[in-house]
Amino acid sequence: MFTLRRFLQLIPVFFGATLLVYFLVFATPGDPIAALSGGKPMAPAVEAALRAQYNLDQPFWIQYGLYLKNLVTLNLGQTFSGQEVAAVIGRAYPVTARLAIMALAFEAIFGVFFGVIAGLRKGKLFDSTVLVASLIVIAVPTFVLGFVLQLVVGVQLGWAKPTVSGAAPWNELILPALVLGLVSLAYVIRLTRASISENMNADYVRTATAKGLSRRRVVVVHILRNSLIPVVTFLGADLGALMGGAIVTEGIFNVPGVGNLLYKAILNGETPTVVAVVGILVIVFVIANLVVDLLYAWLDPRIRYV
Amino acid sequence: MRFSRTSKALGVAAVLAMALTACGGSGDGGGNAGGDTSKVISANSTEPQNGLLPANTNEVGGGRVMDLIFTGLVSYDVKGAIQNELAESIKTEDSQNYTIKLKSGETFSDGSPITAQNFVDAWNFGAAAKNTQLNSYFFESIKGYDKVSAADSTLDKMEGLKVVDDQTFTVELAAPESDFPLRLGYTAFYPLPESAYKDPAAFGQDPIGNGPYKLDTGGWQHNVAVKLVVNDKYNGPRKAKNGGVTFKLYNSTDAAYTDVQSDNLDVLDQVPPSGLQNFKTDFKDRFVNQPYAGNATMTIPSYLPEFKGEAGQMRRQAISMAIDRQQIIDKIFYGNKKVAAEFTSPVLDGYDANLPGSDVLKFDAAKAKAMWEKADAISPWPAGKVFTITSNIDGAGNKEYITAMANQIATNLGIKAELNPIATFKEMRDLVNKKKLTGASRAGWQADYPSLYNFLGPLYGTGAGSNDGDYSNPAFDAKLKEGLSAKTVEAGNKIFNDSQEILLKDLPVVPLWYQAVQGVWSNNVNTVQFGWNGVPLYYDITAK
Repeated sequence: MFTLRRFLQLIPVFFGATLLVYFLVFATPGDPIAALSGGKPMAPAVEAALRAQYNLDQPFWIQYGLYLKNLVTLNLGQTFSGQEVAAVIGRAYPVTARLAIMALAFEAIFGVFFGVIAGLRKGKLFDSTVLVASLIVIAVPTFVLGFVLQLVVGVQLGWAKPTVSGAAPWNELILPALVLGLVSLAYVIRLTRASISENMNADYVRTATAKGLSRRRVVVVHILRNSLIPVVTFLGADLGALMGGAIVTEGIFNVPGVGNLLYKAILNGETPTVVAVVGILVIVFVIANLVVDLLYAWLDPRIRYV
Repeated sequence: MRFSRTSKALGVAAVLAMALTACGGSGDGGGNAGGDTSKVISANSTEPQNGLLPANTNEVGGGRVMDLIFTGLVSYDVKGAIQNELAESIKTEDSQNYTIKLKSGETFSDGSPITAQNFVDAWNFGAAAKNTQLNSYFFESIKGYDKVSAADSTLDKMEGLKVVDDQTFTVELAAPESDFPLRLGYTAFYPLPESAYKDPAAFGQDPIGNGPYKLDTGGWQHNVAVKLVVNDKYNGPRKAKNGGVTFKLYNSTDAAYTDVQSDNLDVLDQVPPSGLQNFKTDFKDRFVNQPYAGNATMTIPSYLPEFKGEAGQMRRQAISMAIDRQQIIDKIFYGNKKVAAEFTSPVLDGYDANLPGSDVLKFDAAKAKAMWEKADAISPWPAGKVFTITSNIDGAGNKEYITAMANQIATNLGIKAELNPIATFKEMRDLVNKKKLTGASRAGWQADYPSLYNFLGPLYGTGAGSNDGDYSNPAFDAKLKEGLSAKTVEAGNKIFNDSQEILLKDLPVVPLWYQAVQGVWSNNVNTVQFGWNGVPLYYDITAK
């Protein structure tokens, strides 16, 4: 019931988001057709015909209405280069999904691992080192990390290709995923650490220890499970962000994903592409949040959904 | 042809990367013997913005591909001189009526013969308004263009084109144009096979051409790569010396630069701003730095009241003399450009660096200040008015050099001057097209074909398509017309240079510098030659 209601909520959220994004792109200053000609002259008749072809000569509500009409028949429209937006996105999304999943796995596994150790050894050398290291990673912008790793690993050491080739296979995405996940990794470490060190002093932990349970069982089953709620919330939101494509990281490593696509589409004023990408993103976000909510109930049986 | 917007919009991290690329690079020249002709060469490019149709390709991403998979009547050699491709001869008595004879036995890559009809049909298709081809204005000099290009016109044939027989056709222009033969190597003038017209959009995704290469099966992988293989039906002067060319599509030339550094890409035709300082040490003997047919200017629109009349002319000259071009080139572009001495480009036939009146392009702060004061005596500069230079700042380096230029103008003329930043290229074009500028604006031109006229007519002729500043001078128009009716290209060039003397007085735009191409290549290929337009001669590249 809860799940169904959440899915139904998706509908107004989706239409609201597309309307908003459509309007934003519509309202950005600049003339996409003028940009298409690139400052060279264009025959007036050709210009008028192109405007009509992309409905750019219509007022906003008619443009949006026509877009919705096509959307109902699952026609996402065409790019200025005459390709189907659906096909363009269909090529970009698997790449970004691979990248996002790798980055997320990286930050979840290493983040929780280091966070738990740091939280259990609060105030010790390992804890301080991890804290300082994560602070540095958070402070340094992603593009610096990206360029440095690309140059060191890709060019000087030659361990990996500095950019990703067309098919974007898993192994070539390791380096970009690392860069992409690094900042979030630092947050996950800090969240886990704080949560763990707080729960260590909780009553139920003392009870569990007093019952004579092994340290391992206390940590994994009692402390960790209860400490994961803020971490899972963060990871869920982060998955949405990662699926939106990482414009900077994809740019540095030339990954043919959603970030690159969105960047170009916004620059060119290509409304159908922008709206479609954002629309899909909204769906991803809502579903990721739903999964997070369901995970809460699993992690903490006190939480119930009706 | 213009740079695509994405290729210009890369400077996200330019400054930082500048420091980082300093430490990369390796390379040894040696082993230049022979060369392997079967290996495929990889080169940088951007996603073609339109379907691959000759008259619809107006940016470099598509242009690079089109020029390799198609060939026209003529092509340009490394210096920009025309050489016959499909043309047996192009003859004219009066620069207005041309008789064009084709070589016999030439075919498209699918084996169908290339006839005069293929040319005439392709040009008519490109010109007709109903086909909405971006390059349609390229046919404007052909008689009958005005009718097929009119709004709602259903006509699709220009009366100036007539097929005589399979190998011959005639072209009648609306007026004499001596440099018409020079244009015929441009993308818009390529022929199309009969099969193109059934579904031009589908053809544009998988074109059949007649150039030194052809598109590999499924060769256009959108946003990823364009793969070309050798077309063995091709018999022209640009025969491929390698096994094919794969264009890898990049959104940022920074990524491409690191790829060439690690031999992951063979040729890069545009060193990113972040690499300009160090590419010579990064690549040692594997780079070029040479001028190409393009320039940078600053338009001062003639609709600005302060820049009209005699006082306006003086102000334009004062501003031009107040700019220390060499200093900007040295400090911001690391010396990789050349100060402009006129309005065209030094790589063109007929270029003259010593035109009378070109002193106005030389830096002279004292003279500039005196000139500005003289103009003020006629009609004073409005108190507190700021001289603005509008520019899009999504192109790397724009912001830096225009700010520097504004500072020079402010210091040397004692007025306020500043950059008026516009976020994106499309917004800037919108302002320019609607004539809404309140000051000067960044401009520049990249030649479509190697001709002085291409730098003058389309930009400064009254009512011309790219005359952004609305410049109009009957004396200049008359000179242009005279140059076009000359019997030969050489005679025409002399007159075009005379016309530049008028421009040097009026300064509809202030010429700044000539563009240069900075290209680099990997250890896997032998020396790469770059042509008159800054594009590598891909067909000529051999692998080691």
